[in-house]
Amino acid sequence: MTPMLNVKDLRAYYGQVQALHGLSFSLNEGSLTTLLGANGAGKTTTLRAICNMVRSTGSIEFEGKPLGNRTTENVVRLGIAHVPQGRGTFTNMTVEENLQLGAITRGDKKNIVTDIERMYDHFPVLKQRYTQQAGTLSGGEQQMLAVARALMLRPRLMLLDEPSFGLAPLVVRDLFRIFSKINREDKVTILVVEQNAQLALELADHAYVIETGRIVMSGNAKDVANNEDVRKSYLGY
Amino acid sequence: MELFANQVLAGIATGAIYACMALAVVMIYQAIDHLNFAQGEMAMFSTFISWQLMQWGVPYWGSFVLTVGFSFVAGIAIERLLFKPLAKAPILTNVAGFIALYAIINSVAGLIWDFTIKQYPTPFGSSPFLGSQLISTHQAGMIGVTILLLILLFIFFRFTRMGLAMRAAASLPESARLVGINTSWMIALGWGMAAAIGSIAGMLIAPVVFLEPNMMLGVLIYGFAAAVLGGLTSPLGAVVGGFLVGVFENLVGTYIPGVGNELKLPIALALIVTVLVVKPAGLFGRPIVKRV
Amino acid sequence: MSAAEEVVTEAPAVEAVPKRAMTLGYGTSLVVLAALILTPLFVKNFIIFQMTMVLIYGLAVLALNILTGGSGQFSLGQSAFYAVGAYTSAILMEHANINYALTLPVAGIICFAFGFLFGQPALRLSGVYLALATFALATAMPQLLKLGYFEHWTGGVQGLVVTKPDAPFGLPLSQDMWLYYFTLAITIGIYIASVNLLRSRSGRAFMAIRDNEIAASAMGIDVSLYKTLAFGVSAGITGVAGGLGAIAVQFVAPDGYTITLAISLFLGMVVGGVGWLPGSIVGSAFIIFVPNMAESISKGLSGAVFGVLLFLVIFLVPHGARQVALVAQQLAAKLKKN
Repeated sequence: MTPMLNVKDLRAYYGQVQALHGLSFSLNEGSLTTLLGANGAGKTTTLRAICNMVRSTGSIEFEGKPLGNRTTENVVRLGIAHVPQGRGTFTNMTVEENLQLGAITRGDKKNIVTDIERMYDHFPVLKQRYTQQAGTLSGGEQQMLAVARALMLRPRLMLLDEPSFGLAPLVVRDLFRIFSKINREDKVTILVVEQNAQLALELADHAYVIETGRIVMSGNAKDVANNEDVRKSYLGY
Repeated sequence: MELFANQVLAGIATGAIYACMALAVVMIYQAIDHLNFAQGEMAMFSTFISWQLMQWGVPYWGSFVLTVGFSFVAGIAIERLLFKPLAKAPILTNVAGFIALYAIINSVAGLIWDFTIKQYPTPFGSSPFLGSQLISTHQAGMIGVTILLLILLFIFFRFTRMGLAMRAAASLPESARLVGINTSWMIALGWGMAAAIGSIAGMLIAPVVFLEPNMMLGVLIYGFAAAVLGGLTSPLGAVVGGFLVGVFENLVGTYIPGVGNELKLPIALALIVTVLVVKPAGLFGRPIVKRV
Repeated sequence: MSAAEEVVTEAPAVEAVPKRAMTLGYGTSLVVLAALILTPLFVKNFIIFQMTMVLIYGLAVLALNILTGGSGQFSLGQSAFYAVGAYTSAILMEHANINYALTLPVAGIICFAFGFLFGQPALRLSGVYLALATFALATAMPQLLKLGYFEHWTGGVQGLVVTKPDAPFGLPLSQDMWLYYFTLAITIGIYIASVNLLRSRSGRAFMAIRDNEIAASAMGIDVSLYKTLAFGVSAGITGVAGGLGAIAVQFVAPDGYTITLAISLFLGMVVGGVGWLPGSIVGSAFIIFVPNMAESISKGLSGAVFGVLLFLVIFLVPHGARQVALVAQQLAAKLKKN
């Protein structure tokens, strides 16, 4: 089976500074993969490079189509939803408008209403607040909104950038449970970047470990979790 | 008391001019976070085009529609050609660009149509409105058109997907791209809409101030004042601000001796500076916070 | 941060200029100086008059450069300060019979105070808002000058005629030539003072504010003081230029100081290179000679030529004359090597 996303020899630059040094990895359709690494290892940059938000070289193919020359919005239109770090919530719009924005590129207007209802099923708290300005939501609620907004695209692949950042542990657990539900039920392939390695490894089926812009280990999530070095460096026991 | 009421009414009538211009100012500010100093000149040029069309025998409403369409396209073209490449340049460069555009349009209009004052027709007539000496049917028509424009804009931004996308692109470009919005075209669209609204403002103002290449300078300053007063981020604020500025101007002229027509611009200046200092977000605008 | 607020991460308003690049080397300075001193001996009076105007506008552009290139604040309202300086000199000379040379410091001080005061509200503004406020100031100024209250002093719409001074001590110089050297001396003095100002503590404070206002205030720089000070200094120099201008053209009238003048000065700064002081003279020469040439091609075309050239500068040489000078320098260095 050919992988859904295939990244080869990815190098990314911020001005003169090189952040990724020839990264290669792939995602299978329907998988939930996690990308682990310390601060500054290049996790966020990898996700940004997929969406062409940083200058990069190398090849990225999504379902056989090269992404290299597409603008960010055209990458998104292929069905790749990116939940950025800091969530990117449209704070001065209502919750419902945020959800509608997620579906702004879709032509099937009829289904959008039912999809919004589905999001309210996933995240009941959003339903209670649908007329509120999104900026008034709490951090966890905003993260849920960001995920829901991304799902409104009906994506085939979802990129999640540190969804646990700044959230209380209980909220994080809930959130990850929802990710794995989305992955199973909606057949959305997920690539999640995380600092909370333990949780990510519990839920993911595949894992990559990245260090200073290079992949240093990859494999089945359970094997990676049992690896001595990974345990010491990222899991802390 | 009657004098006061009459002056307020007259102020609202002139305020409609400013409200119209302020709407165009706010449109472009929403799209690009800049004040377009050439906005008035663009409106003036559009008005000349409609005048020329009428000279060639096109009826008023025909030339009105053609001009609005032309302005829309021209606004987009100006953005694509001249300002898109400057999107990431410092503010100074953008301001220089606006100034350059200002000089070019003003000078070209003078070359084509010279600097003599021209009469411009009104579709509403200029008889007293409902028997009032202070407000003519043209002014009433102008108020009507401004309010209609505001309602249309409100519907566009609130209830259409395109309007939603434009708002998203203006408030958070990066997030907007991540939901698949082509933000660059949204900016061009903002320019087009601002130019179109500006052309409507110009065509409504021309019967009052007469048509000539420098007709918009004072109006633009007042439009800025109105937009600043209402809050640069709010179309409703722009219109309310326009009417308030008109009323303010009239009352100052009536009750403070010696301040007649000759101090029009200094009043606008004082108003702009005062609002910016006391309440920079304006009456209806959102406060803007800078991140370090 | 509350919900309804919008967060804007702003790039610096002006692209930073490395400090060393703000002036010319000694050799080049001497060559330019020699040219400025010797040329009038060989040209007609009218050309000398135009050279005087280049110096005067050069001062005004320099003043704007200190404000924008130095402290990162905009002004589209320099014509207002120029006008105040011009009127101060004209009124003192014609109504109080004060010697022309003595009116200049007065013009400078009055404009400094005016600029400092205008800088107070301007403090709270940045970027486009400041551009807007100063733009409004420039458009309002001619109307203020026409005001009936002051007509006795200002001559209202008619303006005032100013007598051109003769050369002192019976020097065998024509009026134009004397005025040229007089202006040159003042220009050089102000130029040197400006260079030193920007190299001083205050200059470093200006530049810190330009590059990052919040960081500057965190370093203990009194941001409001220095920002208003920059406005004051800029206005003061512009006022001196305005006074000289009144003497040189022998006439002041409200319509000589419209927004067009402010735009010209702004254009001069962009063409000369923002933050590069020697560029001020280049920019000034540009704004004086280009409209003349454009007018000779077709009347009323000068605005269009101005605008088109300004766009060309923005797109092709965004750092103006400074960039051209740098390229020339590099070429010269290469030639030397060969």
